[in-house]
Amino acid sequence: MVTLDSKVPDGPVAEKWDNHKFSIKLVNPSNKRKFDIIVVGTGLAGSSAAASLAELGYNVKVFTYHDSPRRAHSIAAQGGINAAKNYRNDGDSVHRLFYDTVKGGDYRSREANVHRLAQVSVDIIDQCVAQGVPFAREYGGLLANRSFGGAQVSRTFYARGQTGQQLLLGAYQALASQIATGKVTLYNHSDVLDIVTKDGEACGIVTRDMLTGEVHSHSAHAVVLATGGYSNVYYLSTNAMACNVTAAWRAHRKGALFANPCFSQIHPTCIPASDEFQSKLTLMSESLRNDGRIWVPRDRDETRSADQIPEDDRYYYLEEKYPSFGNLVPRDVASRNAKTVVDEGRGVGPLKNGVYLDFAAAIARDGAEAVKERYGNLFDMYERITGEDPYSTPMRIYPAIHYTMGGLWVDYNLMTTVPGLYAIGEANFSDHGANRLGASALMQGLADGYFVLPYTIGDHLAPKLGNTPVPTTDAVFTEAVQAVDDRTRQWTTKKGGTHGVEYYHRELGKIVWEYIGMARNEAGLQKALSEIPALREEFRKNVKVLGSPDGINSMLEKVNRVDDFMEFAELKARDALQREESCGGHFREESQTPEGEALRDDENFAYVSAWEWKGPDQPQELHKEPLEFENVKLTQRSYK
Amino acid sequence: MSKMLNLKLKIWRQDGPHSQGAFLEVDANDIPEDASFLEMLDVVNERLIDDDVEPITFGHDCREGICGSCGVMINGQAHGPEKATATCQLHMRKFNDGDEIVVEPWKAEAFPVLKDLMVDRRAFDRIIEAGGYISAPTGTPQDANATLIPKEVADTAMDAAACIGCGACVAACPNSAAQLFTSAKLAHLNVLPQGQSERWKRTENMVETMEDFFGSCTNHGECHDACPKEISLDFIAFMNRDYVKAKVKNRSLAAQ
Repeated sequence: MVTLDSKVPDGPVAEKWDNHKFSIKLVNPSNKRKFDIIVVGTGLAGSSAAASLAELGYNVKVFTYHDSPRRAHSIAAQGGINAAKNYRNDGDSVHRLFYDTVKGGDYRSREANVHRLAQVSVDIIDQCVAQGVPFAREYGGLLANRSFGGAQVSRTFYARGQTGQQLLLGAYQALASQIATGKVTLYNHSDVLDIVTKDGEACGIVTRDMLTGEVHSHSAHAVVLATGGYSNVYYLSTNAMACNVTAAWRAHRKGALFANPCFSQIHPTCIPASDEFQSKLTLMSESLRNDGRIWVPRDRDETRSADQIPEDDRYYYLEEKYPSFGNLVPRDVASRNAKTVVDEGRGVGPLKNGVYLDFAAAIARDGAEAVKERYGNLFDMYERITGEDPYSTPMRIYPAIHYTMGGLWVDYNLMTTVPGLYAIGEANFSDHGANRLGASALMQGLADGYFVLPYTIGDHLAPKLGNTPVPTTDAVFTEAVQAVDDRTRQWTTKKGGTHGVEYYHRELGKIVWEYIGMARNEAGLQKALSEIPALREEFRKNVKVLGSPDGINSMLEKVNRVDDFMEFAELKARDALQREESCGGHFREESQTPEGEALRDDENFAYVSAWEWKGPDQPQELHKEPLEFENVKLTQRSYK
Repeated sequence: MSKMLNLKLKIWRQDGPHSQGAFLEVDANDIPEDASFLEMLDVVNERLIDDDVEPITFGHDCREGICGSCGVMINGQAHGPEKATATCQLHMRKFNDGDEIVVEPWKAEAFPVLKDLMVDRRAFDRIIEAGGYISAPTGTPQDANATLIPKEVADTAMDAAACIGCGACVAACPNSAAQLFTSAKLAHLNVLPQGQSERWKRTENMVETMEDFFGSCTNHGECHDACPKEISLDFIAFMNRDYVKAKVKNRSLAAQ
């Protein structure tokens, strides 16, 4: 029987973290070298955690499926990272960042975690600057800031349009220095295909060496999953091609509860799809909304080019509907409104599947040079992809799946329901509720990796002093290795097959986008729940995987991942079905205000849904962690 | 709908590091001009799979020009014909109907072929591990605004730090030198005030590690022309100057 103990400390929210840090057990510095920790993933969360844990003295093994840790998908984040520094004198504070994040998450996050995130945000900037992250500076030499959607203060720090890249390089460089000292052992080209437990506790992992095909096991006193999100269940998303749910899903099958899988963020400013061959959607930084005005023609049958359409014939729908936030409304609101106008037939572009993001006013006001200074690389990227020049013609944008707020359920210490198994960054569910504000993903990844996990993991390890890790010769490991090997080989020994893996992934994506996308309803979700298992069965029977399991085989890597996405998608639909309310990135059409805004039901749904695996052919069991809001009053979100 | 192209591809196929490679000639018909180069390869791969031929392996991930996983020689040019563009951001509209396109992996001794178009670039990580960092253990450093950094310095650091580590500079160089990559990493940290304490040691260690793996620079400038981020050759001059200084400084310290 699983019980959800969030371990949120007592006391006022602003004191919880400091009190907790003092009360949790410590591992004496000279004893830290007696503990081995496995970190899976080398994005912002994984790299920062692995480097910080090694600096403390722990022996760290870090795993990535890339050739180098620096390629993790955090590298692609563009816009920035939030911190409550109040360098702009505009009224920012830890409390305000906390408040904005709880409200922005539509009251479906845990207050204590969010407050801690806001608190340590300040330290993150200091740490990154000390490492040499080249944040943008003013002429006076001080750090520059900008504002982001969902906030009315300028608290976002940025490094051109490549903030994620620079923060990841900072964390990767810290990791590289620890690799050089030998405190960290790096395993690259390693696909983590199972989590191993003994007597209910996590004791290691099973990996497939993606160069040789060999299956290995690794043991440790604790396992940390920093494996990112599940956006690629949609096939078309802004995530890198290799992002997947496998390690988290395998942990779920080993007893870790999966929380809020129906929460996925849709990013409002992506380049619309141009044809069906498209493999992914490219995101344009949300910071563009600071200076770009969003509009569509009022007339559905408009045929003039954008520059020929006079002001009166343009529908600046966000500015009209939300006068105080305008183009800077949070992502869910911006996305849904874009869908509405496109669905009404007002879309722009050859496929009428986008809205305009227009910089004409900014260029007229500040000059093209100033705009180029701010967004030059994004404009270049747009031009390359579409063949259109955004300095002279408005960009076309449309929402796309971008970030996932659901993930493995974790307590305040970031530990899953499997003792010794941690989930950090996007892989856990804890900080963003039903919607994530801009520039806060980088913040959470680094907060967890630099400043939360290194403290909280000690609480689990301290009592284990003197215990040696379960040897990899133990039956739990040999059996897990055998199971992984069997599962991997079954695909390649199967003969025949009708379609490659991409085909099935694309088909799955269509179902998930159609029924669990920007808007959901009961009939659609029921349909998804019948179509997904049918597709999965067809996939398992008929997928064609060529080549050998020994050595590099990109089809084999992908087939395991899509297999897990198939199971995951079903849980996602089930979670969306039971949440009969709208909140943030989950819009149930049955639950909306008369103006068409998301309508929450706090009476019945102010909880985290956490699902327990019950076996391959059984539906998962729902557990609920009630959410209490003592500091941020539950109110209907309004950005008008 | 976008215009369709019919192309002839000559793609390098190689089973593993020790296998003999050969070109595979394949038609790529009905490719939309809006597709990226990698999406074109995806289409070709799906058709190969239909014919029970193993798909072509190539490095790729973000497909936004930032992760640095992709990169192939296209008609002899690293990342293809368009300036300042990674392969994933190269679009088929840059090609003409009927073109023949030769696709090969990066060529450099330090980057052995792993399979088909995918190479092993881990030598770059060895260079970073030799000193490409500022030692600032996680803790409570001073306030980020306590050290003023002139905008020009921050911008220069960012210009250098924009390197995506794809390896095009090495592949384009007739000597397979890694000066552009190494100098960009060095300049990023060496121009910043935070980077000063370790500047000379960092420079010496990184340059010497680079030389263990890669060839020498003879100022061809091909690296810059191939770089998707247009990293400046000035950084190589900066690195050379810092290396000479480092030799003097590190030696004088050792003599003390």
